[in-house]
Amino acid sequence: MVASSAPGSSPVEQYNYDIVRKFTIMALVWGVLGMSAGVWIASELAWPFLNFDIAEITFGRLRPVHTTLVIFGFGGSALFATSYYIVQRTCQTRLFSDGAANFTFWGWQIAIGSAAISYMLGYTQAREYAEMVWPIDLLITVTWVTYLVIYVMTLRRRSQPHIYVANWFFIAFILATALLHVFNNMAVPVHMFSLESYSLHAGVQDAMTQWWYGHNAVGFFLTAAFLGMMYYFIPKQVGRPVYSYRLSIIHFWALIFLYMWVGGHHLHWTALPDWTSTLAAGFSILLLMPSWGGMINGIMTLSGAWDKLRTDPIIRFMVVSLSFYGMSTFEGPLMSLKSVNALSHYTDWTIGHVHSGALGWVAMISFGSFYHLIPRLWGTKMYSERLIFAHFWLATIGIVVYISALWVAGIGQGLLLRAFDEYGNLAYTFIETVSFLHQPYVIRAFGGALFLTGTILMGYNTLMTIIKSKKEQAEIEAKIAAKLANA
Amino acid sequence: MFDWLSWFTHMENTKPFVLVIFSITFVLILVYVFSNRNRSKRLESYKNIPFQDDDDDEEDGQSKDIKNEQ
Repeated sequence: MVASSAPGSSPVEQYNYDIVRKFTIMALVWGVLGMSAGVWIASELAWPFLNFDIAEITFGRLRPVHTTLVIFGFGGSALFATSYYIVQRTCQTRLFSDGAANFTFWGWQIAIGSAAISYMLGYTQAREYAEMVWPIDLLITVTWVTYLVIYVMTLRRRSQPHIYVANWFFIAFILATALLHVFNNMAVPVHMFSLESYSLHAGVQDAMTQWWYGHNAVGFFLTAAFLGMMYYFIPKQVGRPVYSYRLSIIHFWALIFLYMWVGGHHLHWTALPDWTSTLAAGFSILLLMPSWGGMINGIMTLSGAWDKLRTDPIIRFMVVSLSFYGMSTFEGPLMSLKSVNALSHYTDWTIGHVHSGALGWVAMISFGSFYHLIPRLWGTKMYSERLIFAHFWLATIGIVVYISALWVAGIGQGLLLRAFDEYGNLAYTFIETVSFLHQPYVIRAFGGALFLTGTILMGYNTLMTIIKSKKEQAEIEAKIAAKLANA
Repeated sequence: MFDWLSWFTHMENTKPFVLVIFSITFVLILVYVFSNRNRSKRLESYKNIPFQDDDDDEEDGQSKDIKNEQ
């Protein structure tokens, strides 16, 4: 086998690890930038003077920069990296077309970078998690179709008769994201050279389409795809196969059947027909079963290997990610109930819930997977295991501080907004509900800063690992050259 | 002739219809996955796929292939 994972060691690799390395590096770059933007806007909410009256860095413009960089920049690049790695390893074949893979890399990076710049300049479609203007949407469409072609063609070339379940999750994610992206972004440009456009949908249908997209972006981009990551990297890191393969099949199909129905729960108590939001709430409750089935499958994979938790920080990342997956998939259905939603909606409880999923599940499983992947991609050990432990504790404490602060903020805010006096008037003025938020906002910014510090440590650890790998490679080449000279 | 197709254009018809199709399909998947002992054994054997291409040296994170080249 002429396989190599060390950079520059072999002109022809059995697997295309070069593309995995590129996406891995960019995931960390976008992660640090996106989380920095997040901490900055969280601080702006606590101390509004921080916008310095500069339009480009006000909350309204930086917020989509934050969400785009962390979801699509960090999360998207992490998914490209891990899916390209997993499909090659589980199919035991090289990725289809190096050129097309490089095209997906540049297409994706240019889309993310130009989206961030355009938001700061004030160009946005104002559709949540899909703020990109239409030319960027077109670039994403072409990139995504190429991604699908690469993935399907690689699966077709597999040496294995069976397609491993992680790939099912990735294929579902790629197909569903394509559908969501196209239908949510259908728009007519104002004119050929304008970045502005009109949505093809209107009124309540537009709202419905946006949240059909919004929740399925959570379901297929931020859940299904990261489950693909989980089904490969947890067994690999633990050194044991997944607890039940049959449960993983049921987990997959149940998620696929249920997720598409639930977007309406974001629009309770609005102009949306009542039956639609009731249906969405019903399916949200049903979703608890496959979500917890998957979580249990992941956790049970560790049974018999729990002792590794004491010594292996990567497994710690994975276990915490599964715990947060379980917690946020319990909290989600709870918040989708109309009575709970009446309290939680339009409050910071929602933001806390999103972050317990995004930081606790998505980011933690990505960190764990990357710490498994990086030594294999660069053919050396991680530069510092102590830094991985430090990252783990900073991230875990950061999340707990963050979501606790927003539970207090959100539930308090909801209660204040709904309180009436004995005459039926609102008990609190709006500004009283705002000033109540100051303290939790300060604590939230602190929690976010802890999480960001951990990510910066990971970036530093990765950079030093790459430098170390290059040094080791140079030493080996020098030794070989010396031997050849002596021979 | 094709008037019956208009039945599908009403959301109150199509949504429950799709729901029934999805539910029946899901139950069939459940039966397929759990009903036969040999099939169950075969499905469970696929859990080892991630380890079948295992040229990793788990101790130091280096692949055997790199070592071979070295």
